[in-house]
Amino acid sequence: MRRSTLGGQVAVTTARTTHEVPRVLAARPDPADVAFRWLARAAGVMVLLVMTLVGLFLAVRAEPALRKAGWRFLTTESWEPDAGRFGIAAVLTGTVLIALVAVAVAVPLATGAALYISEYAPRRLRTTLIGLVDLMAAIPSVVYGLWGLFLLQPEILVHGPRGDGLPRWIATYFGWIPFLSVTGADPRDPLSTGTLYTSSTFVAGLVVAMMVAPLICSIMREVFSQAPAGEREGAYALGSTKWGMVRTVVLPFGVGGMIGGTMLGLGRALGETVAVFLIISPVFVIQPHILQNGTSSVASLIALRYGEATPFATAALMAAGLVLFLMTLVVNFVASSVVARSRSGAVSDA
Amino acid sequence: MTLQSPGVRSTNVIDLTDAARETPRQLGGRRPEDRLAVIGAAVSSLAITAAVFTQLTPFSGVVGFLAFAFATFIAVYALIVSFDEPGPIVRDRLVAVLIHGAAAFLVAALAIVVGFTLWKGRQALTHANFFTEDMTAAGPLEPLSVGGIKHAIVGTLEQIGIALTITVPLGLLCAVFLNFVPGRFARLVRTLSEAMTALPSIVAGLFVYATVILSLGVGKCGLAAALALSVEMLPIIIRASDVVLRLVPGTLVEASLATGASQWRTVWHVVLPTARSGLATAVILGTARGIGETAPVLLAAGYTTGLNADAFSGPQVSLPLAAFTFVKSPEPAMVARGFGTAAVLMLLVLLLFAVARVLGGRAPGNLSRRAAAARRRRSAQDVRRMQARSRREARDDDIPTIWSTT
Repeated sequence: MRRSTLGGQVAVTTARTTHEVPRVLAARPDPADVAFRWLARAAGVMVLLVMTLVGLFLAVRAEPALRKAGWRFLTTESWEPDAGRFGIAAVLTGTVLIALVAVAVAVPLATGAALYISEYAPRRLRTTLIGLVDLMAAIPSVVYGLWGLFLLQPEILVHGPRGDGLPRWIATYFGWIPFLSVTGADPRDPLSTGTLYTSSTFVAGLVVAMMVAPLICSIMREVFSQAPAGEREGAYALGSTKWGMVRTVVLPFGVGGMIGGTMLGLGRALGETVAVFLIISPVFVIQPHILQNGTSSVASLIALRYGEATPFATAALMAAGLVLFLMTLVVNFVASSVVARSRSGAVSDA
Repeated sequence: MTLQSPGVRSTNVIDLTDAARETPRQLGGRRPEDRLAVIGAAVSSLAITAAVFTQLTPFSGVVGFLAFAFATFIAVYALIVSFDEPGPIVRDRLVAVLIHGAAAFLVAALAIVVGFTLWKGRQALTHANFFTEDMTAAGPLEPLSVGGIKHAIVGTLEQIGIALTITVPLGLLCAVFLNFVPGRFARLVRTLSEAMTALPSIVAGLFVYATVILSLGVGKCGLAAALALSVEMLPIIIRASDVVLRLVPGTLVEASLATGASQWRTVWHVVLPTARSGLATAVILGTARGIGETAPVLLAAGYTTGLNADAFSGPQVSLPLAAFTFVKSPEPAMVARGFGTAAVLMLLVLLLFAVARVLGGRAPGNLSRRAAAARRRRSAQDVRRMQARSRREARDDDIPTIWSTT
């Protein structure tokens, strides 16, 4: 009999006693296998190295600026590194507000679309829709930026000399809510200018919402479709309507995925660069009025200023990048751990 | 009976005297009155909205019209349904309307984004020189018949090519590592690469700017941009292929190990071929993401108007960066070029998606009809080969064969 190509020799200990002793399975691994494992491990180390280096290099490069500014880096609004006055209070507020607007708009849309795909859509339409949503997530951000700059803002949201449209309407009727007011706007003045409502946190947030909605949608859809069939049938058998079934089975099951997907969308929205850059007109004061012209974000600050920066100003930009990096990292960590905890049956059989 | 699930025919009479004529009750589908309620509500909401917008108030605008019509539709529909259904069913119908609305809105948004870019890009795309010239001869005021984006196309292809040469082997190997050399270290790598999937692209650019350009002193070049894109694409490819590899049936892997194959042979001959279409999709998704990134290229490769085919020295522009730079100009011809470039970029992404679709993106072990036929042929060939060999061995050793010789 020919020897089969066993990966390792198996030492068999036969016991002469009556009660059986478990066999000792000492496998000496194949040299090729050892090499394979080391190669795979090396790839893992390499990836880990790259990922740590990102944070490390940013920190090292940002060190001179952070040393000079100290804790004031987090509380200063203006950005004049060479004059020694620089901080991210304004840009960070802008970043967070844009991301919050984006998530607030995207989450209801994405939830609806995800529920439609997983619960309501005909089977044949389902795969097409999944493909469309994935495609929407892959459309380059510069395309969304163009759409926002040339269609959404001038044609849909703020049109005409007086800036008629949704932002003006909200500011007129809901201006009593502090962050929705627009300073300098008088709804009764027929000569008031429309540019007051352009390039705002709100418009940038809407564009980013269109970018993150498909991302959130695809995560939610995945979790919703894993809701156990037995419990769905049970809800129906008790006489539940479809919405009753969704509310009592699918949504409680998918709540982790919903939170995680939302946070992943938030992480993506925080880091968006070009689409925001194209829409906003940068200001370096804290701008809490989301409908008003002028806001800023960390990513667009870097894209705007890196070109003509002196070495010290570059260090300051690196510091801003480091803060952005740490913020998205924390958001993503929390998000992926929430998603991972909620996901069941991630491992296949055997 | 007050509560009935939607669509159950309450008028269906079952004739128990003749068991043979018993028909199954229809549990799904829509009754004619459901359809009529939707149509009636739609017509009524359109009429009300039109009246409000043209006759009663000075409202205007497409967005306002659509929003008002949708709100009116919901109200009228709720009223109509509440005439002959109880509360839970009314709520069910209303939520269904909202959910359908959200899905339709998202699809419409996609159609508008794609359609708008193609429509605005058509002026530039119809000029043949748009694909064969670069921008050295085209000043800001030149018409569209001069200049093009050849340099950006070349730049994008080279940068994404270099990025793929780095990320595909490294990413796939890392995904294999996560699945087949498990342990605490693998878990750490998995967590970290999952957290990095949403790494802001500007941070990836800034990282390469800090390392390659500032620390190593290499000037801005296509290679630096490719490295930045790699940092961006690597976690995406790792995560997507990790998920695909996790779906390879464990029974297949154990069967392979049980036949005595070593681990790397199992990975190479069983796991990777089984997951091939999913892995291809993972790589394509990463490529689609990398190809559209603007910020890393902006920081790492700079902008140039001329063709630079050498990725290792000198600034090299890519498609998204070119589009970004063009539309910042106030000249209409430049903006048209920007839209043309964005349209080319989007068509490229669409093409990648079409390729991913053709390749399948199927779950492991779920074969297309042609692949299944090919596998059956190969399997039949193996049986013939083994039969031939066992016949030969039986002749040599005079041992009865285990294979049927028919």
